[in-house]
Amino acid sequence: MHVGPVSFTLGSVETLVLSSPSGTGKSLLLRAMADLDPHQGEVYLDGREQAEYTPTQWRSKVGYLPAESAWWADQVGDHFNVDDSVDWEALGFDAGVRDWSITRLSSGERQRLAILRMLANRPRILLLDEPTANLDDANTARVEQLMFAYLAEQSAAAVWVSHDDQQRRRLGARIMKFMNGQWQEQDND
Amino acid sequence: MTNGMITLSAPDLGIASLLVVILAGLTWRQGVSRSLLISALRMVVQLLLIGLVLNTLFALATWYWVALMAVVMLLFAGREVMARQKRRFRGLWGMSIGALSLMLSTFAITVLTLLLVIRAEPWYEPQYAIPLLGMILGNSMNAVALAVNSITTGAWQQRNQIEARLMLGQSAEQAISQLRAESLHTGLIPIINAMAASGIVSLPGMMTGQILAGSPPIEAVKYQILIMFLIAGTCGFSGLAAVWLGTRRLFDERQRLRLDRLEVMEHLR
Repeated sequence: MHVGPVSFTLGSVETLVLSSPSGTGKSLLLRAMADLDPHQGEVYLDGREQAEYTPTQWRSKVGYLPAESAWWADQVGDHFNVDDSVDWEALGFDAGVRDWSITRLSSGERQRLAILRMLANRPRILLLDEPTANLDDANTARVEQLMFAYLAEQSAAAVWVSHDDQQRRRLGARIMKFMNGQWQEQDND
Repeated sequence: MTNGMITLSAPDLGIASLLVVILAGLTWRQGVSRSLLISALRMVVQLLLIGLVLNTLFALATWYWVALMAVVMLLFAGREVMARQKRRFRGLWGMSIGALSLMLSTFAITVLTLLLVIRAEPWYEPQYAIPLLGMILGNSMNAVALAVNSITTGAWQQRNQIEARLMLGQSAEQAISQLRAESLHTGLIPIINAMAASGIVSLPGMMTGQILAGSPPIEAVKYQILIMFLIAGTCGFSGLAAVWLGTRRLFDERQRLRLDRLEVMEHLR
């Protein structure tokens, strides 16, 4: 399978929106950046190549949020460390959510909890595959708020897959589009 | 031993075989009969052949023939493990994971038993060595086949969960730990059940065979207890080895889940 050619550099607190029809390899690109698939591309973080980090270091620093989250234990809390400081309220929960059963979560709740789970790791880079696709407007706004705050606070950067032009404007981000068979970065309007 | 033994004739076996033939006729529509008949036929031919081989081997009783026989048995066991996988490892790994994990524990435990428990003269006396190895190998082959199958199908079904753990910075070891435990358990269920039920629900085959052939029951029972311990030990050790090798092979040096190293066996779909 083949993605690209595509190349970009992200500064701190910066967001790059990826927008392209499905089947153009966005997920593959994000998976390669998270080092989940063997790939030929080169990825650097703070000047060091991916391979210079141990796999676990790398994936702790480069957080990947796939379009659909997966849960391996019975309760929400099992997926967090006990000493994680999680801002449950930011996405409309309270600490009691730790005792909730995974099977009873709605898809929106799963998505919001997956975001909190990823941020609990304090990653430097966020790879977000349509993080708000199955959220209502109020929760979409909450997620965007949380992301802005997180990026600023941690001097992190994000690659954000989104098909929503309004969201892209709200993010005030650089945008990379897939057109005529190639990836092109456009000026934000 | 022969004094109490009733020898079977070909017609006796013919009568028993009717059971399988009738069953095959009844299950014609369900499509089971073909494989039922083929495996029954294989069983007869293979057992008759091994009877001849064992006759010759017992007469020769040299260590190199015994060793050759043991290696051949191991290779067949490795192949059999591979053949039972719904999704198996591509290439040489498919066979070697089974054969490697079976080899160490079955050979080690068989040799130790021959030297320390049975103490025949010479220790590799084929009358003891080959049946012992056969029983141990047959049972641990089941354990390994079940364990490896559980790993490969489990990894396939739980790939999203496993990768979710990797994405959060967990090691491959952590991400696969649940599946490892499940697979080991799956591999050991048959022997655990067999031990718990033996004597109450079931009379183990080896013991029954010895009694039918005229041995005093208590002698047969002692052998059966020995065999059960040996089988449980080898099932456990070879199961552990298989689970370890299999889960290692599922990840590469960057601790990525590599399901592309598995291939689907169409005939087992």
